[in-house]
Amino acid sequence: MRECEYSQISTRSSTPMETPYKKRTPKKRKWETFPGRNKFYCDGRIMMAKQTGVFYLTLVLILVTCGLFFTFDCPYLALHLTPVIPVIGGVLFLFVLGTLLRTSFSDPGVLPRATPDEAADLERQIDVANGSTGYRPPPRTKEVVINGQTVKLKYCFTCKIFRPPRASHCSLCDNCVERFDHHCPWVGNCVGRRNYRFFYMFILSLSFLTIFIFAFVITHIILRSHRNGFLTALKDSPARYPFTAQPWLVVCFFSVWSIVGLSGFHTYLISSNQTTNEDIKGSWSSKRGKDNYNPYSYGNIFTNCCAALCGPLPPSLIDRRGFIESDAPQLAPPANGITMYGATQSQQSHMVSLYTVS
Amino acid sequence: MQEKLQCSFCSTALSFPLQTATRFLTHSLQDLQQPAVSSKVFIQRDYSSGTICKFQTKFPSELESRIDKQQFEETIQTLNNLYAEAEKLGGKSYLEGCLACLTAYTIFLCMETHYEKVLKKIARYIKDQNEKIYAPRGLLLTDPIERGLRVVEITIFEDRSIGSGR
Repeated sequence: MRECEYSQISTRSSTPMETPYKKRTPKKRKWETFPGRNKFYCDGRIMMAKQTGVFYLTLVLILVTCGLFFTFDCPYLALHLTPVIPVIGGVLFLFVLGTLLRTSFSDPGVLPRATPDEAADLERQIDVANGSTGYRPPPRTKEVVINGQTVKLKYCFTCKIFRPPRASHCSLCDNCVERFDHHCPWVGNCVGRRNYRFFYMFILSLSFLTIFIFAFVITHIILRSHRNGFLTALKDSPARYPFTAQPWLVVCFFSVWSIVGLSGFHTYLISSNQTTNEDIKGSWSSKRGKDNYNPYSYGNIFTNCCAALCGPLPPSLIDRRGFIESDAPQLAPPANGITMYGATQSQQSHMVSLYTVS
Repeated sequence: MQEKLQCSFCSTALSFPLQTATRFLTHSLQDLQQPAVSSKVFIQRDYSSGTICKFQTKFPSELESRIDKQQFEETIQTLNNLYAEAEKLGGKSYLEGCLACLTAYTIFLCMETHYEKVLKKIARYIKDQNEKIYAPRGLLLTDPIERGLRVVEITIFEDRSIGSGR
């Protein structure tokens, strides 16, 4: 800004008249004004839930366990059995880490909130349907018939939309998520349509990894015990090999069972095309009624699995890294009448705001 | 709403004649360039076939005076078909999924997914429809992806007859 001997007017209006030479304010990306309770890193490329403490715990547990295994057990096993063991262990470890990070850092399928125009239009439609009265109407639902089953679509008061089927609002992240499975504190994110396959691959590979480590740690102890006797080996090893200490083995044993159990549960969910949310609520269980069945299932297990794991990956709907449209008007020269109407959406939204302001 | 106009370079207040002239010119230019938005129509999603992306083909009453029912239905039906193509489960999508899994999903760093390719196709189609059919009738289709695939937003502009440039 040039130096000037005139004094500045202090009452600068909040919506100054637009001129083509307006000083440019730095452009903000959409993630910076995201309404949900999410944390963003790397300029919007990484998206996580607000509470990430347990995620770091998961990361530490995996790294420490694998680190100890590679340091203390693998040299012996590679020497006395086969060097393939550390290689397989390494591949599994990298796969687990990759899928974990992918699950934690990606957008689970968050539905963007309705624009004010959309919300107003929906309100109008609901008022017409209810017969507009002075007081607030009861919770709004819409019924839809999908494959012969009646499904209730609920209105989300936070996001101001009718939630699509299978979507749910996560109270921790304050977002509506498509095909909401559950909010997993261990991965520090919701599990939804876009990252369910990564989550499943993570727990599946983690099951294999924990079983693998557990089995080879036992093998290591047994091999050593051929020399000293089993109990002596078990007693001695903690001093020299802290990983084979009894407490660690017990922890490993229980974690193996819980992770394997979880993988089994999710395998069942995938093969019947249900979400954890639906299973817990018993939405499609036959206990609700004789004619109650899952309308989303493709009929056979193979198609359900393929659809969940190998189906097309939908893109993120929230456009984290897009720029928020600046307020500068684009005065396009009117070459013909069509150019005026064929303006880009950003121009139109600005045109609307210009008219509402003035 | 009379705000004090300032010079953008040195932030001094403009004199009254200059202010009047600026306001007149800006308003005139705006009137020439930007047609008023009369209303917006929102075509909602049709969930009767499940969670796939599909929009209702019911013809809204606000568009009756502007466009043919058949033309509108054709546009929406084509959009529905394109979205169905994006979400189709078939050999190609399975192959892409398996390949991605084997490369630990790093392949998406250099390759576009099938869905993204179809979304680009949809964007081109909407632009094309706007230029050829909707703009001459004072309407504007918004790409649903900009509204989170919730609605197809149709902006209706005031029916002003524009003398020049047609």
